[in-house]
Amino acid sequence: MDSIISAASVIAAGLSIGLAAIGPGIGQGNAAGQAVEGIARQPEAENKIRGTLLLSLAFMEALTIYGLVVALALLFANPFNT
Amino acid sequence: MYPDNFYSSTFTLLAEAEVGKHFYWNIAGALVHGQVLVVIWFVVAILLTFSALGTLNANRIPHGWQNFMESALDFITDIAKNQLGESFYREWIPFIGTLFLFIFGSNWAGAIIPWKLIKLPEGEFAAPTNDINTTVALALLTSFAYFYAGLSEKGLGYFKRYVQPLPLLLPINILEDFTKPLSLSFRLFGNVLADELTITVLTGLVPLVIPLPIMLLGIFAGSVQALIFSTLAAAYIAEALE
Repeated sequence: MDSIISAASVIAAGLSIGLAAIGPGIGQGNAAGQAVEGIARQPEAENKIRGTLLLSLAFMEALTIYGLVVALALLFANPFNT
Repeated sequence: MYPDNFYSSTFTLLAEAEVGKHFYWNIAGALVHGQVLVVIWFVVAILLTFSALGTLNANRIPHGWQNFMESALDFITDIAKNQLGESFYREWIPFIGTLFLFIFGSNWAGAIIPWKLIKLPEGEFAAPTNDINTTVALALLTSFAYFYAGLSEKGLGYFKRYVQPLPLLLPINILEDFTKPLSLSFRLFGNVLADELTITVLTGLVPLVIPLPIMLLGIFAGSVQALIFSTLAAAYIAEALE
């Protein structure tokens, strides 16, 4: 592989994970905080809140995973690697 | 700097992710990923054995395996019922249930069984869901399922939903049909592969004890991803039906 392409791919892979982690991080923090607040307010609803929270956390995590998939494609299946 | 056995030890051998290397089989001119097929057959065999054990001596009062399988069926029925509603859920239990059990079995088979002990000439055994082809196949099946559901329920009137609520939204509605399988497949593939890569990197750094919590997290994430995939598939089908 051309060295400039590999350097650019590695930098882009790092950036794609790092940037993709920002938004879901904020979102997951918000969701978890609200869930804790909900449990503190209504402890009897804990099981329901936990289930919904886990499901929505996994949805938010998927956004970071898209970044990971892009990074993996750059590192292991680079389309510009002739 | 490090003792010699740090690198060559069996610990690192147990978690060695080889991305993009496959054990190819040539079947009638087509190259297939053999390592994925073998683990898929293993998962299918386990699921068949479990269901056979649960149903061979079916009694009115369940005990043993039958009890376990009935609670598993209840769980699946709940997934379908929560999304599809009372009137439609029964006929979709087999599809949703198969998706859930297969993905769950695949993720756990990859996370729990030490496949890396079996050497292959190239590639390695792992969860079948860490191959993008498996997840894309599952996602496309979901796509076909919701198209089938919509068309069989409403006939050609199904396509009316593309111009609702506004004809202006037609391109976005069409685009959605492509993004649904894309996001479904990437989510599952990425999550499973991410777990394996994290374990590999951590095992390379500290071979003992430290990767264990991450492995447990991987097992947990595997079950959550199976739940999410089947829930989303049910939700898409429900969207096409309503």
